[in-house]
Amino acid sequence: MDKSLKGLLKEKKATILSRWFGAIMESYPIDITGFFQKQEDMFANPVGHAFKLGLESIFEALIEEKDLSEGLPLLDDIIKVRAVQDFTPAKALSFIFILKKMVREELEKEIRQDQISDELLSFESKIDDLALFAFNIYVKCREQINQLKVDELKRMTFTLLKKANLMYEIPMEEVKPSDQETSI
Amino acid sequence: MAKVEKVKTPKPQELSQIDFKPPTTDWMDTPTVIKPGNFCWGGKEKDLLTLGLPNPRQWSPADEDWKLPEGWESTILEGMAERLAKYRSFKIFMDICVRCGACADKCHFYIATGDPKNMPVLRAELIRSVYKKYFTTSGKFLGKLAGARELNEDVLKEWWSYFFQCTECRRCSVFCPYGIDQAEVTIIGRELLNLVGLNIDWISGPAANCYMKGNHLGLEPHAITGNIETMCDDIEDITGIRVNPTFNRKGAEILFITPSGDLLGEPGIQTCMGYLMLFHELGLDYTWSTYASEGGNFGFFTSNDMAKRLNYKIYAEAKRLGVKWILGGECGHMWRVLSQYMDTWHGPADFLEVPKSPITGTVFENASSTKMIHISEFTADLIKHKKLNLDPSRNDHLKVTYHDSCNPSRGMGLLDEPREVIKAVCNNFYEMPESTIREKTFCCGSGSGLNASENMEQRMRGGFPRANAVKYVKEKHGVNMLANICAVDRAALPALMDYWNPGVGVTGVTELVANALVMKGEKERTTNLRFEDLPGKGGDE
Ligand code: SF4
Ligand code: SF4
Repeated sequence: MDKSLKGLLKEKKATILSRWFGAIMESYPIDITGFFQKQEDMFANPVGHAFKLGLESIFEALIEEKDLSEGLPLLDDIIKVRAVQDFTPAKALSFIFILKKMVREELEKEIRQDQISDELLSFESKIDDLALFAFNIYVKCREQINQLKVDELKRMTFTLLKKANLMYEIPMEEVKPSDQETSI
Repeated sequence: MAKVEKVKTPKPQELSQIDFKPPTTDWMDTPTVIKPGNFCWGGKEKDLLTLGLPNPRQWSPADEDWKLPEGWESTILEGMAERLAKYRSFKIFMDICVRCGACADKCHFYIATGDPKNMPVLRAELIRSVYKKYFTTSGKFLGKLAGARELNEDVLKEWWSYFFQCTECRRCSVFCPYGIDQAEVTIIGRELLNLVGLNIDWISGPAANCYMKGNHLGLEPHAITGNIETMCDDIEDITGIRVNPTFNRKGAEILFITPSGDLLGEPGIQTCMGYLMLFHELGLDYTWSTYASEGGNFGFFTSNDMAKRLNYKIYAEAKRLGVKWILGGECGHMWRVLSQYMDTWHGPADFLEVPKSPITGTVFENASSTKMIHISEFTADLIKHKKLNLDPSRNDHLKVTYHDSCNPSRGMGLLDEPREVIKAVCNNFYEMPESTIREKTFCCGSGSGLNASENMEQRMRGGFPRANAVKYVKEKHGVNMLANICAVDRAALPALMDYWNPGVGVTGVTELVANALVMKGEKERTTNLRFEDLPGKGGDE
């Protein structure tokens, strides 16, 4: 990434992050008291906390052009939350695309002066990559929700299966989560 | 209600400064959506018939038509009137809330959803608004202005949705300056819903099983003895010692009762193996019952009468067998019922003696009325008197944290005993942050009969604050085991950990005890009760 865009993004990081966070919170119209935004304590407000921490790490990864295949644990955390919060898949992941809008609005002047357009396009395509990456995580989370039900049933009937000598046909590894890719 | 005088009703300008005050408008107009993943299936016709509950029929919460009985409105209102007269707590809770907002952000379901109707104060308001309309003068005349509303089908569905989104954990009550206990409001709310046939399958099914077979899982006597025999075989493989429990033995000193979840699923059975090993090692004169084969009580999530009915067998069996006192296994809501209700319903149990440990001589005066004590009290006392030969290094591969189950902690004050036990049998124990344990513990998200599988998303949300605190100690200290003293926890937390904190296991405290317990004449152990290699002992290490 060209230094100028990187520099600008670093400079405006705090504003962009806070606007990004604010915009995401609008996807919770139900939270009319603004609890997710206001409560600072990480144990009293784990949802807000996951976002605050996660957005920063995602933003840094984008600026530093990190290889996404190495994983972004804090992105996982956010998506795990979104995946059980009653959103459609599109809505659950929309928070990533909002970043484009935030960046464009914050860098409006520079864009108008045509100083950074190439770099910006490449930055935006990074965001698209991230979205695809996030989609994989989301799908895994949803699959895992179903797997949890199966695993729970197996645990509940453990003794019966064992007695019927069926337990050895169901390798125990399956009972453990195969969550590695999303949680590195 | 000692604290009431200290609290002033906030002035309007003060109210506006409170961050998490409940919304004053609109919530009544926000429709309730019943969506898959967020609710449990309705109670089945056959189970309602078995239990003699009203309006048995096949129905689905996903349908528009819930097949309510004719005249259901008056049934509910009459039911409310009856309960307002009968339970002072219900009447007081309806009247005294000042909407200070202290409880608002304390509920795990609210914390995870931001849905105002999951604020404890608003959950109560769902029913309070109807109370106001029909039972107070201001509500009758001023209607919505006084926060009152008519009872109609949408309101009823809203009750159903939100009273089965409350795990009756009582965390909110810890923060309420008036001691208003939303769990009690939910309990009444569910009773009212049951009057018109609106239970959930995961509750009415186990309750019906318990009524017919003596336990939630519907295990018949031969299945109970068979399962326990299987555990004895495993214990023999691991320790070389044959444990010989007795069943329905008259004249035993102690009757042992545990939730049936310990008899079937993982990791409940390892906890159960722990009981068997501990009692064998002590040479305890005790017996199991295949009749009073359930410590838990899903009737408690249905109605007071149902809970009372299912609880009856415990004293009845103690009397029949002629035991001196009763020892209970690791369970959550079981202990709320035993320590707070059983004595009122079926006590005093004069035919029993105050529990006295035959090993240490300790008399458990705290149970002088109920005559029943918790295994953690019993074990902590053994440890205090150094009666157990323990090798905690066998648990050295574990970094353990402890989840206070809502009912033993908030419901009966059992906070230190399990910790003392864990510290004696494990070298690596780490507490979660103070605001998430002991009286302020976060619920597993699956309590009060909500540990079904169809509502998995709801469970993962409700358990998120708990899982988040576990994550913290996992990252900080490398915690890999979540200990607890509750059968629902053992059933529900593995899924919660798999989702939020993969790699963190779940265990009953007594399983940890049994792994550390050096039994007389045992062979050198190479595996723990899960047949996993012990650190430094197994071939695969
Ligand atoms: S009892 Fe627990 S689940 Fe119910 S409203 Fe209070 S905090 Fe929430
Ligand atoms: S229930 Fe108690 S804490 Fe909650 S708003 Fe009412 S008075 Fe305040």
